[in-house]
Amino acid sequence: MFTRGPQIGLRLIFLVILSIFLMVLDQREHYLTPLRNGLTAFVAPIQYLVNAPIRGVQTLLDNLSSRETLLAENTSLKAKQLLLQAQLQKLIALENENMELRALLQSSPRLQNRHIAIAHLLAVSTDPLISELVLDKGRKAGVYIGQPVLDANGVMGQIIQVGPLTSRLLLIADLRSAVPVQDTRNGVRGIVVGQGQMAKLLLTDIPDTVDVKQGDLLVTSGLGEHYPAGYPVGVVTQVQHDTGAQFTHIEITPSAKLNRNQPILLIWPPAMLDIDAPKSISATKTGSKHKQGKSKE
Amino acid sequence: MINSRPLSLSGILIILVSLLIALILSILPLPAWVLLIQPQWIILVILYWIIVIPHRISIGIAWIIGLLLDVLYGTLLGEHALALCVLAFLAQRLHRQIRMFPLLQQAFSVFILVIIYQALLLWIQGTLGQIGNNINWFWVSALTSMLLWPWVAMLLRHCQRHFRIY
Repeated sequence: MFTRGPQIGLRLIFLVILSIFLMVLDQREHYLTPLRNGLTAFVAPIQYLVNAPIRGVQTLLDNLSSRETLLAENTSLKAKQLLLQAQLQKLIALENENMELRALLQSSPRLQNRHIAIAHLLAVSTDPLISELVLDKGRKAGVYIGQPVLDANGVMGQIIQVGPLTSRLLLIADLRSAVPVQDTRNGVRGIVVGQGQMAKLLLTDIPDTVDVKQGDLLVTSGLGEHYPAGYPVGVVTQVQHDTGAQFTHIEITPSAKLNRNQPILLIWPPAMLDIDAPKSISATKTGSKHKQGKSKE
Repeated sequence: MINSRPLSLSGILIILVSLLIALILSILPLPAWVLLIQPQWIILVILYWIIVIPHRISIGIAWIIGLLLDVLYGTLLGEHALALCVLAFLAQRLHRQIRMFPLLQQAFSVFILVIIYQALLLWIQGTLGQIGNNINWFWVSALTSMLLWPWVAMLLRHCQRHFRIY
């Protein structure tokens, strides 16, 4: 046993050097993507295993909920659906009007039908310093690195790593995240960066004289060519003008519910679909869309 | 003293299952404040096995578990692996003393070891510029690890005696 002492020391030095080597490789270049992907596939069952009891409890609760609560839920949902349908009609009218106006302006329509898929949460990063989620869709579903992710209320973040069956989502609340935005009230542009806190983001580098007020809605500007334009990112909750500082301190509450377990939308930009499809098909597509619009009129 | 016979199948299985449960507990999705006070399950389990059967659980195994943690947490490959193998080294060096301590004193040494582990992690993350605002509370999980050590140790000792893992 005593002869093992120096051996262990040597092994420790070897492993420490190996770890540092791995970290440097992983940080500088993405040489280690195959290794990471392999290991991700290896641990994916563990993540599914963690999720199984949560899903089980949910289905159990669903099954156990009594008839009365179901009836109450049903009526409230019906009322909600009616409301949503009314809103949808307004939206369709607005979209048609928008298309017509754009046709008048002879510019290409920006609001096209995007390809969308729904994903679910598989795991949450337990490190309080890292705001990442693991989703249950991976390369098999066509997820790609840099893909924008939304929920029902706004932008959630982007995909930073894709495994065969899972993918990793960097939330806009993470320290490493930045989203180009604009103010809906007056079009002021800026960049929203994460703070490592779920409920608070910062709008940075806005000079003191620029008009940003409490309650302003910030939407993606589409300038980074990363996030599609026009999706809500957050609402300004606090503006601090500090005469000593060069920039205004602007705090933002994210629109997306970052810390809820709910369905998540993955978005494929139309440009990517167009690349795959031959031009004739996309032309007929727009033609048919036009016809549909006309038939509705 | 050293038992050089290979470990029985049930023994290997118990060790693997205990590590798997610790991994699952450490990636359980919970509210942020619970995550902050959550004990370092994987460290408790690895420390126990290293202290009790240091000739079986080497720092190499700790390193591999650390690599799995890196993949599960999405951190840089090698981050947790480095911290965990240093921790395993310290535990292996001190296992004879720690084994002799009464449970409370053991728990205190676990506290020190977890603090060292977290300091290493924070140091690495700090070098990479990934440190957020809630760094002030990192010692809380070391505290809860210390408080849970006696129970985890007793549970694992029961399994160990029952399945004769030596």
